[in-house]
Amino acid sequence: MSSIEQQAKGKKDGEIRYLTPLNIETTKAKKYCRFKRSGIKYIDYKDPDFLLSFVNEQGKLLPRRLTGTSLKYQRKVAVAVKRARHLALMPYVTDLLK
Amino acid sequence: MNHYETVFILNPVLSEEQIKETVKKYEDFLVSKGAKMIAKENWGLKKLAYPIQNKKSGFYHLFEYTVDGEAIGPLEVEFRRDERFMRYLTVKLDKHAIAWAERRREKLKQKA
Repeated sequence: MSSIEQQAKGKKDGEIRYLTPLNIETTKAKKYCRFKRSGIKYIDYKDPDFLLSFVNEQGKLLPRRLTGTSLKYQRKVAVAVKRARHLALMPYVTDLLK
Repeated sequence: MNHYETVFILNPVLSEEQIKETVKKYEDFLVSKGAKMIAKENWGLKKLAYPIQNKKSGFYHLFEYTVDGEAIGPLEVEFRRDERFMRYLTVKLDKHAIAWAERRREKLKQKA
C-alpha cells in the first residue's frame, strides 16, 4: 500500500500540479424539443425531407435522448415516419441515407 | 362528418387518360357517399423509396374531404379490389392537422 507521500515521491519531474482546478467547460448545451419551442402542433407525414432529421443513416428512428424531442412529439414523429414509409416516401430499410 | 385525407399511389404503367378516369371514378364515388371534396392534389410521377410490385415509381394523388365515417370502409374495399392501386393511406385529420392542411394549400397556391 502506498501512502500519499510515496505517491508524491513517485511523481515524475516536470509534471505540473495545479492548486486551483482547471476551468474546463463540462456543462453541455441543454437539449430542447423543437416542436415545443417553435409551436409546431402537427407533424406531416407527407414531408419526408423534414422527417429525415429524425432517422439515422439506415432509416431507423433516432431515440429521444439524441434528438431532444419531448415524449408527446416523439410519438407523433414515430407515427409520421411510419406513415411515410407505408407510402414509399421513406425507406423501411436502407444504407447511406444521408 | 369527419375530415379525412387520402393519399394513393397508382400504377406507373397507366396512361394519362386512365389515371384521370380512375381519379374521377373515386371522386364520384366519394361524392355519391355524401362527401364534400376540399382539395385534390396531383403530385405526378414520383420515385418510390423502395419497389412495390416490382415498380420503382408511381403516380401520387391526394384527396381531402369531409364525409361520414361509414363511407371510408367501402372506399378502401374498392381501393383493394382495384388493380390500378399500388398503395393507399386514409388519415382522419384532427384540428391541428386541418390547420396545417390549410396552410399547406396556401403555400402551394403561392408557388403556382
